[in-house]
Amino acid sequence: MAEASSSTISSSTSGSSTSGSSTPGLAARGRPLSPHLQIWRWGPAMAVSILHRATGSMLVVGLLLLLCWLGALAGGSLTYEMFTHWVWAPLAGLEWGGLRHIVGSLIKLALKLLLIAVSWAYFNHLCSGLRHFVMDIGGGFELKGNTTVAMLTPVIGIVLTAAFWAVLLA
Amino acid sequence: MGNGTSLGQVRGLGASHSGAHHWLMLRFTAISNLLLTVWLAVSFMMMSDFSYVTVHAWIARPFPAAAIGLLVISTIWHARLGLQVLFEDYVHEAGSKFACAAVLNLAAFGGGAFGVLCAIRLALGGA
Repeated sequence: MAEASSSTISSSTSGSSTSGSSTPGLAARGRPLSPHLQIWRWGPAMAVSILHRATGSMLVVGLLLLLCWLGALAGGSLTYEMFTHWVWAPLAGLEWGGLRHIVGSLIKLALKLLLIAVSWAYFNHLCSGLRHFVMDIGGGFELKGNTTVAMLTPVIGIVLTAAFWAVLLA
Repeated sequence: MGNGTSLGQVRGLGASHSGAHHWLMLRFTAISNLLLTVWLAVSFMMMSDFSYVTVHAWIARPFPAAAIGLLVISTIWHARLGLQVLFEDYVHEAGSKFACAAVLNLAAFGGGAFGVLCAIRLALGGA
């Protein structure tokens, strides 16, 4: 529903779009179509809305990691150490001699990247979610302000992610 | 669908007076997610290290254990509602839609039960 509402906005921000009563080809194309990724011109509001869905879906991986982390903790020190051994292995400890070690190290690097990606998805979803809260109560629909906030949302998401990891790794 | 009274004409065509419930629950769980996940992120940032001893000593205390249990329920509830919107939008075949709903509900309840049980076990000193 969030997608549909902001697509309406992006159609007005991006100016001309496929549907418009003055377009002569409208009759030939039939009835106006509902908003769709391949039909509507991309704008900041629409991109942020789609990103909200995409990051929300990515956070399912985050939930799986959270449950694995909790399960590992509840399982005792051995399972917890196995979890951290794979999910957050020290970079210096990675071994590259022989196929088995190379595959293992690549998996560990991939899991590290996955964790960082999930944290970015979280902060991005948080920011665009707050934007949806404002729009839910009827605020922020002025064209200029809406576009500005839409463009700021992913930037703040990245800044928060960077700040989070800066503190964690410090 | 009947063709007599106006009620009969719309009966069975969709939600009536209950459609807003899903939308509202998505917002309510979003608010609790906001509080609980920001708490978790700040707790992670304040953690001195991520060794088993440190993390276990922290999470076994009553407040963190209760908050983690609630966080699991709130986030999984929110994910369940959000993913429902997703497959309702993108899965068009009735059978596949039913399968998505079934898998989603199983995963949500299974994951939720597992997470809460882990939190209880940690809080009660079972691990």
